[in-house]
This record gives sequence, C-alpha cells and structure tokens, in this order.
Amino acid sequence: MSVLLENLGKRFGDGAPVLDGVNASIGAGEFVALLGASGCGKSTLLNIIAGLERPSSGALEVPADGAAFMFQDAALYPWLTARGNVELALKLRGVGKAERRARATELLDLVHLGEAADKRPHELSGGMRQRVALARALSQDREVLLMDEPFAALDAITRDLLHDELTRIWRETNRTIIFVTHNVREAVRLGQRVLLLSSRPGRVVSEWAVPGAVKDDAAAAAALTADITARLREEIRRHGK
Amino acid sequence: MASNVTELEPGAHAAGTTRTETEDLRALEAGLDELQSEAAHRRRDWGRVALPLGAVVVVLLVWQIVASLGLKRQDLMPGPLDVAASLAQLWREGQVQEAIVTSLTRGLLGFAVSIVIGTPLGLLLAQVRPLRRAFGPLISGLQVLPSVAWVPAAIIWFGLTDGTVYFVVLMGAIPSIVNGLIAGVDQIPPHYRSVAKVLGASRLELALQVVLPAALPGYVAGLKQGWAFSWRSLMAAEIIAVGGSLGFGLGSLLDQGRTLSDMGIVMGAIIAILAVGILIELLVFGPVERRLLRRRGLLAGATR
Repeated sequence: MSVLLENLGKRFGDGAPVLDGVNASIGAGEFVALLGASGCGKSTLLNIIAGLERPSSGALEVPADGAAFMFQDAALYPWLTARGNVELALKLRGVGKAERRARATELLDLVHLGEAADKRPHELSGGMRQRVALARALSQDREVLLMDEPFAALDAITRDLLHDELTRIWRETNRTIIFVTHNVREAVRLGQRVLLLSSRPGRVVSEWAVPGAVKDDAAAAAALTADITARLREEIRRHGK
Repeated sequence: MASNVTELEPGAHAAGTTRTETEDLRALEAGLDELQSEAAHRRRDWGRVALPLGAVVVVLLVWQIVASLGLKRQDLMPGPLDVAASLAQLWREGQVQEAIVTSLTRGLLGFAVSIVIGTPLGLLLAQVRPLRRAFGPLISGLQVLPSVAWVPAAIIWFGLTDGTVYFVVLMGAIPSIVNGLIAGVDQIPPHYRSVAKVLGASRLELALQVVLPAALPGYVAGLKQGWAFSWRSLMAAEIIAVGGSLGFGLGSLLDQGRTLSDMGIVMGAIIAILAVGILIELLVFGPVERRLLRRRGLLAGATR
C-alpha cells in the first residue's frame, strides 16, 4: 500500500471542517483520480499527503520520502531555461553537478522536450510548460506523484494530447499518481479508479473502478461518465437551499 | 490506439505502448509545439542609437540659439561652443581627466562597498519578518534623507579626508540598494516559494537559489538608484568639502569654477558630471536591465 488515509480530518482555526473522515487506500503504482466540486478540500488533502500541512485528526501513511507535486500553474522559474528548472530541482535534492545535466536531459527527453531544453519558459507554450513541470516533478524521484488539476488551464487539443502523454509516462515510470480534477471525463480517461469527494466537508462518498475495457469502449466510458456526473450533481444539489 | 488501451491494468505497465505509438505521440506533440510557439525575432535597432543622439543635437541647438539671442552677457550665459572651448582648455591642462578619474574611482569604490553591505542586509530584512518590521521604516526613512545632510557630521568625524566622501556615498547608496532588494522580494509571486518548498529547498537555498534571482529586476533597479544616489552625494560632498587631503574631483572642479566666477568651467564640469552618469547608464545598467527583462520575456511591447 502506498498511501493510506484513515479518518482524516482538517479544520482551520475554529472554522467548519474542510475535510472530515476521509478514508482511502491507494496502492503502489496505481493511478487514482480524485474528483470533486469546488470546496471539497482537494488542495488541502493533497497538501496533507505532501506533508505541507498537518491533519487535525486521523492518521495517514505515506512513503517516507514524501511526494512530488505538480500544480495547475506550471510555476517554472522564468530566469532559468527548461533544463535549468529541472536541474535546480535535482540540485535541491543534492544531486551532483555532472549527473544533474545528464538526468535533466533524460527527463526532458521523457516528456518529448529534448529539443526545447534551452528555451526559457516564456518561449514555451502552456502545454510545453506543463511538460517541463512534469519533468521537474519526476526529477524528485519519489514514488508518489500528486497532481493538482495540472491540465485545467490548457486548451482542449493540448489537454487531450497530455492525457496520452501522462498515461505513457505513468506506465514507463511506475509511479503512484493521485490526480485531482473536477472534470469527470478527464477522471474516467486517466484514472484506474475514480474517488468522488463531497464538498464542505470533504469526504470520499463514492468510488468507481475504471477497467481498461471501459476506457477502450467509447459507449461504456460515456455511460460511466454519465453515471459519475449524476452522482456528482446530486452531491452539489445537496448544498442548494 | 485501441489495441493498447486495454492494457491499462496495474502490472501491465511497461508492456503497454508500442514503439510506433510513442513515435506517433512524439510527432503529434512536435507539431503542436511548433504551432504554439512563436518564433523570436530580433533585428538591429538603429533607432536606439540615432534617437538619443538626435535628442542631444536638438538640445544643443536650442541652447546655442538661446545663447546667441544675447539675453544675458556672454560670460554669464555661454553657449555650447564657448563651454566646449573651456572644456578643451581644461583637457589640455589635464584637469578634467584628473577630476573624472578621481571622482569615478571614489564613486565606483563606494558603490561596490555599498553593494557588499546592502545586499545581505536587504536579503536579511526581506526574509526575516521581525527584522523587517523593526528596521524597514528606518531604512525607508534614510532613503528620504538627502545624504548631503551627513556631510557636516562626516567632516567633524573624519575631517577633510576621503573618509568623509566615502561615508556620504555609503549613506546615499546603501538604503537605495536595500529598499530596491526588498521591493523586488515583495513582488515575487507566492508560488515561487511554495514550489521551492515542495522541491525541498532549505531556508538558505530558498534565499539564494529562488528569492535572489526572482527579485533580480527589483534589485537591479535598486542598484541603479543606488548608483545615482552615490554619484549625486559624491558630487555634493566634493563641492562642500574641499582641501585637506582630499583629491581633486569633478565636484571640486565645479567649486573652482564658482570661485573663479568662470561660467565656462562651471558648465563644463556640469556636463562632465552628466556625461559620466549617462555613460554608466548606457554602458552598464541599460544593457544589464534589457538582458534581464528579455530573458524573462518581459520586454515585448515595452518602449525601451
């Protein structure tokens, strides 16, 4: 088991709880999509898993070396080239200088950006920047990769391509990926499992397995998407008065 | 595509994508990358040289016209040609060269010391909240205080020595550099720090690898202002403190012109002071700033 959440709760100060009784277990090498509307505490949950915040209650088990993180914004440093950004991550991990360069080249090749390695972020398109961010996240060499709506700001064509790309990289690198999204179609396309979080407080209320056969069959995938969407809407409707 | 998607189960990872499909994806991505990237184009921009030169010519022409109108006596209001003659005379005597070398050496040395003191001070103040709260207003206040105000105190402490001049230069430049660096740090997008934290940066690494480079544009603006302040306060100090073991700088030349009631020398000294300032801007700060902004993609559409 790679990540185990038991009755996890989080509240800030005296406010209403953001997360309440979150239970989930995510296997090593699994690709899990975390789906939820606004206010479900997705980002808080990821921060807790990444060790950036402490839960108020409950227990969690994560790999000792922590997790790599990828944000909605590529958040590349504009004064560094694509390679420089990846190299900085390696440097902060304590990788030696000679190895840094080789490893950064390797990682940029993995995301098919070998030729753009010497470009600066402002010379790259949004999709290319996210791929550099992915290479940077992978450079941390951690078993778990947390992704917080990484493709939400991209155009449809690019996002579509990056879905294929991420699937390929996941297969090649054997990472455990927890992918937060509020796009049902994206969740079904990427995840082996989709977990639905309720909003205010956040809690895992439903879960679906997405077998390869379903992904492969457009009709089955559409049916599952509709099913999940209905459940998500029901959850949202609960908040209207 | 259809053949491999079925293998999306755990354990079947590596076997999934066939070689051709990876190639296919790579080609597709390369096409999209090409479509979405804009080709950067740079060309030689003669306007950058011609326009400022033209502006100088216009100013000189206007000055010459006003001077030749004869509104004032020629020795009180010399034209550009008269001043050029004065400067040529001073040049033959070797006075301008001596004054420029003396002042520039002092200015650059004082400025260098200010950078060495101001940079760690600014970084410390920007990164440590209690220090910032305690000393921030004081440093901002020092920036408002004209550093010439320190000349009397400096003369009492150091007498008519180079110490006086350097003290005044430091008091002018350091607050500007500190404030520029703080302003630069304040403008860093918050996610730069959170990314660094996620990547495992220590406090020192955060300061040196992320905060300092991210704050570089503000820092350079602070340096530029710091240089201007040190150059100005240096001139003021040189005008006020003359004699003793003090060398002969541009300010001293200016004061000499005043003593001799020679407007040619006075205007010549002013032009020399201005020229040094402009040259430093053109040769040092201008290129550094432009390069910095271009590399970060902040120059497009700017009027610079």
